Amino acid sequence: MQVTSPVRPPLVTGGKTVSDVTQDISRHVENKPTKLWIMAFTLSVITLCYGSYCLWTTWYKGIGMWGLNKTIGWAWDITNFVWWVGIGHAGTLISAILLLFRQKWRTSINRAAEAMTIFAVICAASFIVAHMGRPWLAYWALPLPNAFGSLWVNFNSPLVWDVFAISTYFTVSLVFWYIGLVPDFATIRERATGVRRVAYGALSLGWDGSAKAWQRYEAVSLVLAGCSTPLVLSVHTIVSMDFATSVIPGWHATIFPPYFVAGAIFSGFAMVLTLMLITRVVFRLEDYITVEHMESMNKVIVLTGSIVGIAYLSEFFIAWYSHVPYESYTFINRAFGDDYWWAYWSMMTCNVISPQLFWFRTVRRSIAWTFLLSIVVNIGMWFERFVIIATSLSRDFIPSSWAYFSPTLYDIGDYLFTFGLFFTLFLLFAKFFPVVNMAEVKAIIKSSSAKKDTK
Amino acid sequence: MKDNNKKYWKGIEELSNDPEFLKHAHNEFPEFLSVKEKGSSEASDAPDRRDFLKLLGFSVAAVSLAACEAPVKKVIPYVNKPVDVDPGIANWYASTYQEGGEYCSILVKTREGRPIKIEGNKLSPITMGGTSARVQASVLSLYDTERLEFFVENGKQIKVKSIAEYAPLDRKIIDKLAAAQASGKSIRIVSQTILSPTTKKAIEEFKAKYPATEHVMYDVLSAEGILKANEISLGQRIIPSYNFGAADVIVSFGADFLGTWISPIEYAKQYSKTRKLSAHKKTMSKHYQIESNLSLTGCNADTRLPIKPSEEGLYVAALYNALGFGGLSTKAPNHEVIKKAATDLLKAKGKSLVVSGSNDPYVQLLVNKINSELGNYGKTIDVSTPSFQKQGSDEAILKFIEDAKSGQVGAVIFYGANPVYDHPKGEELKEALKKISLKISFNDRMDETSSEVDYVCPDLHFLESWNDAEPKKGFFSLTQPTITPIFKGNRAAQESLLIWSGNKTDYYTYLENNWKSRLTGGNFQELWDKTLHDGLYSGKTSELHVTPGHSETEAYAAISDTASVGAFHTGGSSTPNVNLSEVEDNINRTYKTNSGIELSLYYKVGLGSGSLSAGNNPWLHELPDPVSKATWDNYLAIPKKMANEMDIAQGDVVALTVDGKNTGIEVPVLIQPGQANNTASLALGYGRTKAGKCGNEVGKNAYPLIKVKGGRLDLNAGVVTFAKTGDERKIAQTQTHHTVMARPIIQDASLAEYQKDAGAGRYKPMIHTNLYGEKKPTEITTWYEHEKPNHLWGMSIDLNSCIGCGACVVACQSENNVPVVGRKEVLNRREMHWIRIDRYYSSDAETDKTGEYFESESGVKDLEIAAENPTVTFQPMLCQQCNHAPCESVCPVAATTHSSEGLNQMTYNRCIGTRYCANNCPYKVRRFNWFKYFENEEFDKNVSMNNFLGRMVLNPDVTVRSRGVMEKCSFCVQRIQEGKLKAKMEKRRPIDGEIVTACASACPTDAIIFGDRNDTESRLHKDNVVENAERSYAVLEELNVQPNILYLTKIRNS
Repeated sequence: MQVTSPVRPPLVTGGKTVSDVTQDISRHVENKPTKLWIMAFTLSVITLCYGSYCLWTTWYKGIGMWGLNKTIGWAWDITNFVWWVGIGHAGTLISAILLLFRQKWRTSINRAAEAMTIFAVICAASFIVAHMGRPWLAYWALPLPNAFGSLWVNFNSPLVWDVFAISTYFTVSLVFWYIGLVPDFATIRERATGVRRVAYGALSLGWDGSAKAWQRYEAVSLVLAGCSTPLVLSVHTIVSMDFATSVIPGWHATIFPPYFVAGAIFSGFAMVLTLMLITRVVFRLEDYITVEHMESMNKVIVLTGSIVGIAYLSEFFIAWYSHVPYESYTFINRAFGDDYWWAYWSMMTCNVISPQLFWFRTVRRSIAWTFLLSIVVNIGMWFERFVIIATSLSRDFIPSSWAYFSPTLYDIGDYLFTFGLFFTLFLLFAKFFPVVNMAEVKAIIKSSSAKKDTK
Repeated sequence: MKDNNKKYWKGIEELSNDPEFLKHAHNEFPEFLSVKEKGSSEASDAPDRRDFLKLLGFSVAAVSLAACEAPVKKVIPYVNKPVDVDPGIANWYASTYQEGGEYCSILVKTREGRPIKIEGNKLSPITMGGTSARVQASVLSLYDTERLEFFVENGKQIKVKSIAEYAPLDRKIIDKLAAAQASGKSIRIVSQTILSPTTKKAIEEFKAKYPATEHVMYDVLSAEGILKANEISLGQRIIPSYNFGAADVIVSFGADFLGTWISPIEYAKQYSKTRKLSAHKKTMSKHYQIESNLSLTGCNADTRLPIKPSEEGLYVAALYNALGFGGLSTKAPNHEVIKKAATDLLKAKGKSLVVSGSNDPYVQLLVNKINSELGNYGKTIDVSTPSFQKQGSDEAILKFIEDAKSGQVGAVIFYGANPVYDHPKGEELKEALKKISLKISFNDRMDETSSEVDYVCPDLHFLESWNDAEPKKGFFSLTQPTITPIFKGNRAAQESLLIWSGNKTDYYTYLENNWKSRLTGGNFQELWDKTLHDGLYSGKTSELHVTPGHSETEAYAAISDTASVGAFHTGGSSTPNVNLSEVEDNINRTYKTNSGIELSLYYKVGLGSGSLSAGNNPWLHELPDPVSKATWDNYLAIPKKMANEMDIAQGDVVALTVDGKNTGIEVPVLIQPGQANNTASLALGYGRTKAGKCGNEVGKNAYPLIKVKGGRLDLNAGVVTFAKTGDERKIAQTQTHHTVMARPIIQDASLAEYQKDAGAGRYKPMIHTNLYGEKKPTEITTWYEHEKPNHLWGMSIDLNSCIGCGACVVACQSENNVPVVGRKEVLNRREMHWIRIDRYYSSDAETDKTGEYFESESGVKDLEIAAENPTVTFQPMLCQQCNHAPCESVCPVAATTHSSEGLNQMTYNRCIGTRYCANNCPYKVRRFNWFKYFENEEFDKNVSMNNFLGRMVLNPDVTVRSRGVMEKCSFCVQRIQEGKLKAKMEKRRPIDGEIVTACASACPTDAIIFGDRNDTESRLHKDNVVENAERSYAVLEELNVQPNILYLTKIRNS
């Protein structure tokens, strides 16, 4: 274990001891759910039920329940898909890249961030299936041996790359997350009795806390971090290729891979902040998730937000510089057209202008501001995907086919479904799983006696 | 109890103590599991336990997979195969479409006894293989569930097992007819124009039996003005034959001759000949259109002048004056366009044509005068071969209504007519009908007229009946049944008339007998068979009957003969001046410029009069209007300027007041570029109340607005005022953006430019490369080429020939089982048509720069605004069958792939519906099945897939697509396959022209050429590579998707 310089301020405040960590984190797993939790959970489940009804109707009657048309074949569905995938990225970045960079401050937030990743990817995947005209045949997108006359997938198609990218991403993230949970499950198992002891016992896979186990744990974490790191870059690169490899002006852009990755991290960090700021209050984890965490993450947001901003401007420059009429028109229309200017300027305001406030230290360290802006950023990132997907399609090459998209109740309902699903899963996670990685946090507690020193 | 010595045994083996049996006797089950016990010493191939589990797993999986299969539907073969029917092989029959004087010689495709598709008959000298949307759609009306199955007496259907059971009913009718005859009142047969001489003969027979009978013929699309003018000036109440094909200069005053005027298929065919260009023919006709609402013909004109309807006569007079023939002192507007037209006309004496759609005989007289002065009679107008497509008389029907009102009519028979709906005095007629004691209708449904009568004796659909037609003097064609009557309780109207006249001959025999006298010069049976086979009597072949010694001079003579009656004289004793002054008086009296907004009524190109079965045809309702691209509605078209001044937006519902009278009509407004200022137009043929499920309550009925003036119908309804009601009704348009945004998608040039440089107007994009300099887009590629060793199917579409009529759209719908989605889904922009006709208006802001939007001075948004009087371009758009198809590479499951013949194939079974292909299609021609359109009550207007009868129209060679899959134009792959197989069986290559797509075959102007690019002898190759190489362009060439469809530049003679 690495020793943190005594000069640096402690990452966990409140002079917590190792025992405090166990107490603080295990407490909410072991106690009865709080009123606040029950309220939140009920709300999530209601949203999920309503969303499920909408999703079911969409499946039963057809994609026509949405507002799509002959010109705009993707709108909210793929916007939501990309949005959720993008959100997922922060978890992987925090747990993998920051692990490799030995950023110790990540330990308090990586567990929840990874959980967020997994749930976000599930939500994203639900749109992959839901957007299909015949979702019951979704497995045809997998290269499975079959009896349909040896039909194979089309490896040229970015959608097939997506299938690989997302499934790999999901698998690696899930394994990484679960491995990290094993020592903490063991901790809870040791404290539990009865059914809970059996359950957590099963979940902890017979963890015995031996030095050998810890050594393997460390090694596996590193290997998985190594696996995950390229995924942080590759997944959204591949998602961006859904658009970049097409011929549609506004989609067909070489800038997309880095631009999408930056955007993904941008939105992911914002989502992590939103969730963590709630969690720390609800579970009284202010000492573990501190203002320092928030500030570090806000710095990442201002950086990625600026990258995204530059990307927006570059697209405009290229549209002008290329002299391709269709491309030029798409961008002029995107910003100044009668149909969708509001989407574009929502995106610009939320993604480019608002994060610049984080240059001010007071804003960066203000919980209220951070919470507000984290939500603003996610709204902006949703609009970014909508602007790219729907407005580009709405006016492409042939003016006779130009059309306008307006969402139906089912577009909204199916989006709500993923919110319901996400928060239901997240709340279940927060209740039954340790939300902070106890084992790793303990490693950054200065010493077991530090509590006394700070007094 | 006694010992029971009975021995029970399980089988012979046990009884005989078979050693093999004893070995396993202790086992519970005598049959042995084919599973090897673990450690069993038996060395056998029997699977071990693990294999068993594997097998078990497999079979469970296999069974559950099999359970997911679609249910098996059985095809039941014929027990006794009819001689002429081979399952899977189509039978074709020549026949004739005729409805309300409309005529088209057709071939009917039947499969297993069902007519499923209509094609044009190329042998016809009149329609020459062309069709219209209405003709194409008429096959669907055959399977309309709204058709009456039985005779109706006083509103109740009388069910019978065979038609013979109607004998008592017939007797009742005969008695009543006899009573009507005896009462001294008159008997009337009311019909639209009847083209059939034999039908007329049957009517004559009926008249002979009941001498009080009068046959009243009227035309919903009235041509009273021309008939009357010709009656006055030629002494014959006829429509002459026009030949637009021989005219170098065409001036039309409101005659929509490509869309709705008299014989549009015929005229379109002729007209297109003058518009086609090639290396060998670098001239084309010059077409002026002077009209108030933008008609299909106006869209195709080289110069169009929007005028108010009240100025029409003045403008005709202005042309006459400008031509300098003298003798007319009408103070006429002096317009540049008229002067130019006059100059051009004078240069093309004898090779020009002036027509007018006006129903005012005096305007038509002046038009006749102009044509005769220009020497067009005998050249482009043939009086000796009159067209019989309009024989109706406005006066006759008006008189009938008056007589009915005054109780002078004892009996009336409506035959193929629905005047209660389609006559401006329909309401009065409805009331008056109550005074008639015997009312009979032959209509096929309980329409507005039939529901007011005592007896409905439904006539057969034309595809079920025998008939003949004489659309022009001396040109005959036959209608033959292609299916036995679907409803046992239907009877040919002619047969009913014959029975009531006491003639027991069935109509077929009657027809044949009638023809026996006509077909002379050979064995009758042979001639009859040939005539039936060809569908027409080939006694005359030339399209316009102009024989030496029977043309110019006679025509002139005919005009001279009428000296005493008419308005003008070109010879004889009277002077033209006097008669011209009569025209002048009338024109001066009738046409006065006023400041109000004038309402002109018009007919839709697709729907026509909408008064009979077409009114309930969903294919026609969903066919976008060629000009406005609106479906499922009629609307008040007003120019943008007026809309701005009156603060009316498209879709605002307005209440119409005409000539100060509240009409009760509330319709939405559509902003129509090209609509003359201070005019508004409204389509007729909508607002049916008793047409059936598809036609009822679609739009508003404007027939009552037709003005009855001097015994004729006038579509200029008068001065209209309208006010917003506050309601909004969106108009379901398939195209909502109307300009081409200065994009080189439409490439056009003027004729003068073209004559200098055949490639004028072409946009030739070059791509800059660092290493090789400027390159054509097609020279740069990262793809491997697909090999096309055998065929390479392609298409050439001549933008100069395409008039935008929409026949191809309905033909494709019929051929490829394209669903109808209804108004709501069209509003959602989800129509399913595989081929669409894009219509672009020019914009005043357009510059030569192609899409330099950032440098655009006028601003991008100005490009979106259509010009006040725009030039219009039509562009049929369908799957371009790209050789580097962007749709193919993005499909995750390879459901859309490239064939070795250049086709972009769609495998519906494989499609999972991600819609990525549609998104990535630059032409936006892919169509997605948003819902299940078949067997779904929510889409009950999609009658061809949602009721037992409608389904009969489906083409069995084309899959009905399930929901959630993508579909698109397949280049009629089923036809290609059929053609190839036929050629293969005959051990030869397919002949060029043998395989034609539905759209190409339906086109009345031959704008679409389909063929094999690998065949250097093909018309396609000749067109794109030899004759029109410079004009050929691929839309969006710069994308290098390499379409197999090339377009020919639009050349305007302006």
